[in-house]
Amino acid sequence: MKLELRGITKRFGSLVANDNINLTVNPGEIHCLLGENGAGKSTLMNVLYGLYHAEEGEILLDDVVQDFAGPGDAMAAGIGMVHQHFMLIPVFTVAENVMLGHEETTFGGRLNMTATRKTVRELSDRFGFDLDPDALVEDLPVGVQQRVEIIKALSKNAQVLVFDEPTAVLTPQETDELMLIMKQLRDAGTAIVFITHKLREVREVADRITVIRLGKVVGEAEPTATNEELASLMVGRAVDLMIDKGPADPGAPALVVKDLSVIDHVGQMVVNRVSFEVRAGEILAIAGVQGNGQTELTEAIMGLQQHVTGEISLDGKPLNRLSVNKVLNSGVGFVPEDRNVDGLVGDFTVAENLMLDRSDGEPFVKFGNLQLGYLATFAEEKVEQFDIRAQGIRTLVGRLSGGNQQKVVLARELSRELRLFVAAQPTRGLDVGSIEFVHTQIVAARDAGVAVIVVSTELDEVAALADRVAVMYRGGIIGIVPGDTSRDVLGLMMAGEHHDSRGAVA
Amino acid sequence: MSAVSQTSGAGADKIVLEKAFVKNWKAPISFGVVTIVALLLFVLNGREGTSSFKLTADATAIQLPVIQLPTVATGIVITVLLAGLTAYSAYRVQTERKTPLWIVAIFAFLFLVGFLAWAGAGASIPVYGLLLGTVALSAPLIFGALGGVISERSGVVNIAIEGQMLAGAFVSAMVATLTGNAFAGLFGAMVAGMLVSFVLAAFAIKYLVDQIIVGVVLNVLVLGLTSFFYSTIMTANPQMFNQPARFPRIEIPVLSQIPIIGPLLFQQTIIIYIMYVTVFVVWYGLFHTRWGLRVRSVGEHPQAADTVGIKVGVTRFWNVSLAGAVAGMGGAYFTLGSVGAFNKEMTAGAGFIALAAVIFGQWDPLKATMAALLFGFATNLQSVLGVIGSPVPSEFMLMLPYVVTILAVAGFVGKSRAPAADGKPYIK
Ligand SMILES: Nc1ncnc2c1ncn2[C@@H]1O[C@H](COP(=O)(O)OP(=O)(O)OP(=O)(O)O)[C@@H](O)[C@H]1O
Ligand SMILES: [Mg+2]
Repeated sequence: MKLELRGITKRFGSLVANDNINLTVNPGEIHCLLGENGAGKSTLMNVLYGLYHAEEGEILLDDVVQDFAGPGDAMAAGIGMVHQHFMLIPVFTVAENVMLGHEETTFGGRLNMTATRKTVRELSDRFGFDLDPDALVEDLPVGVQQRVEIIKALSKNAQVLVFDEPTAVLTPQETDELMLIMKQLRDAGTAIVFITHKLREVREVADRITVIRLGKVVGEAEPTATNEELASLMVGRAVDLMIDKGPADPGAPALVVKDLSVIDHVGQMVVNRVSFEVRAGEILAIAGVQGNGQTELTEAIMGLQQHVTGEISLDGKPLNRLSVNKVLNSGVGFVPEDRNVDGLVGDFTVAENLMLDRSDGEPFVKFGNLQLGYLATFAEEKVEQFDIRAQGIRTLVGRLSGGNQQKVVLARELSRELRLFVAAQPTRGLDVGSIEFVHTQIVAARDAGVAVIVVSTELDEVAALADRVAVMYRGGIIGIVPGDTSRDVLGLMMAGEHHDSRGAVA
Repeated sequence: MSAVSQTSGAGADKIVLEKAFVKNWKAPISFGVVTIVALLLFVLNGREGTSSFKLTADATAIQLPVIQLPTVATGIVITVLLAGLTAYSAYRVQTERKTPLWIVAIFAFLFLVGFLAWAGAGASIPVYGLLLGTVALSAPLIFGALGGVISERSGVVNIAIEGQMLAGAFVSAMVATLTGNAFAGLFGAMVAGMLVSFVLAAFAIKYLVDQIIVGVVLNVLVLGLTSFFYSTIMTANPQMFNQPARFPRIEIPVLSQIPIIGPLLFQQTIIIYIMYVTVFVVWYGLFHTRWGLRVRSVGEHPQAADTVGIKVGVTRFWNVSLAGAVAGMGGAYFTLGSVGAFNKEMTAGAGFIALAAVIFGQWDPLKATMAALLFGFATNLQSVLGVIGSPVPSEFMLMLPYVVTILAVAGFVGKSRAPAADGKPYIK
């Protein structure tokens, strides 16, 4: 089915999120939508999906003007969407989430779970996902939840499919699989819109590329364009894809972790007797395929896990058994993996979120009173410094674009006095310009003598930041190697192969 | 220990992890506390005499023998058994196994028997009456709780259960008297409960007014209205407006003769049969049908429901209305099932106890029914023990159900979690 958007304009109050946008996607075509954080990509797609109503413009499918009152109509017309922020119900199983909205029933109105399980299994086999239809979504790691979201969209046999940053939380292998799927679907005649910030992916699958900046279409690009060309078209300036980083000057061991184990609520050893140390002024990257215990390891350091054994100390003082608040107050900054669940309060303003974990003392609170004046100045400054695209500091964080939400978390955590900075997937969902900025900030923190842990599933990021790399596999650390270790070696280690020769020394 | 199998295919790699057991001493500790209470009451504070348990009423065809137990000896035996179960539960934790629910059930049952024997020393304890009374007292709570479950599962806090029940009680008395038909009265009660819900739904869903405030206001409003019409219309002319036809008792042949179970399940008025069916239908509906899946989805994550084409507002509106109808039936039970006439303020807080049952029952129709039964049982136990003359002050007895539920919820049922979007209006 051919999709055409004509002159779409969407405003939020005084903000023009989409300004007279024209876009055509032909059947059998993968159309990549590129643009900075907050450029208006998700908004445009939400208009297409009937979630938002555009002030101006029209949506045409096969040259017929559509009038969508809600997502139901859009779905009925053959549009499917993988949302940037998962639209999954945490307490439902995978199968229930997939069937919701178009449930099949059998005798007595009973939900036909057998049929749905079969659909889920078939689709997940076909695309090489390994999904258990009966698993509760909330128990699944984000990467797997993303697969559920994809299966959900695929199960509806849509003619026009929108993928809004589906690869942000996927591992490179999963991304490759997804791109294969998209190619399969394209060859079967589906019209696909693909939003991503990763230029490698764009060049691999795109048939056409449209770039949006500040709500307007600023140009089209050929899939043959170089990374640099694409990046500068998106951001409007030249971008350094690999930041300059001087050699580390590590000091005394700051964070020392000994024999750390974490047991989850179903009794699995998600972190299995892990020992390592991070020195002041050094970046330790924790690499590994999603779900090998990285999340739980960082949460254990922060005091967010229940059943932890072993020792964690920072500058010689024990950190375990402290409340999260005390951990934060001893100079630990934390960027959680899932910003929407753990990092932000969506119904609070940008300013309030910027002081969220600092509400127990000066400078934000004096004698139990919020210092609103100070907070406003502080927030304005951070919004400026981190280039957070929001209408103002009083905008609700839930209304920001995905990348800008991430920047709010980073701005908050990086603006404290830090001894240790723990960042899980710090650049997830950020555009290339912002990644450059965040990486620079992290290196600056290191150079200021902060011990830094960066958890990343992106080898690009690991290569850009790491002084040393610890690779996690099945809850354990399989080896710690220097930051310049080749990708092939890292890849092997991530698949569970020991790298004996250098592992012990580094 | 880490004998894990290597699976192929990088992306589809299933991560297999070592297993470990986290020791949880909650169960043995709570068991221990209860055992000490048993020791203090039944043994150290034992009462002389025999306790007789009467299992069947005098008039029934099949008579079960009266069980006679020497009170002190029973107390000792039961305390020893409880101590044994405590030790067993501790042993299980020590050997890294959980305490299964059936042990908890046996433990609770034993304690109850011990308590009844102790409290009823020298008297005859009418077990059948205790159970029958439980059903009678719980029935309105169960209807109310089901109304609460449906509404809150769809994401609207239903404080107005009390009002829905009271409106149901009033209207059913009126309609049943005017038409001379109890079924018409029941129908009237459902409509009345629904009308109260309409107001709640309109303000909460359409105008986004705080749901708790609307609920409280509705309760006061209904109380005022029914009291006013009761004292003006009903008391002036009771024959005309407040002498409803009542539901007759329907005995199901043969089945109703089964001892103990027969009278409970098969010798009831039609409204109790309807209640049993409603419990089942709501449970089945919520967890096994399209309706239930959608109700739960709008109560958990309305935006996600919206993106798959479910109309959040509409779904909530109709389910809050349905909830009102169900709670209204609970009101009809007061007038048509038990008392036989409407009285001012006759629900007397039953709606709030139903709400408590919803929460203790973790928003699950079956568990909420159990909680309602437990409340009914304790209320009834208190009055039965009052009749046979028990040593426990009745105020303590009144506390019992709540103490038991708190223990049960804290110790065994696990974390109680409301539907995620319960009470939150959905704004796109
Ligand atoms: N519901 C809303 N209310 C108010 N403003 C909104 C709302 N949704 C989006 N915006 C604003 O519209 C702009 C475009 O946001 P959008 O989510 O479309 O960006 P995006 O291109 O998808 O960015 P990202 O790559 O970070 O996901 C942002 O400035 C955002 O703050
Ligand atoms: Mg977006």
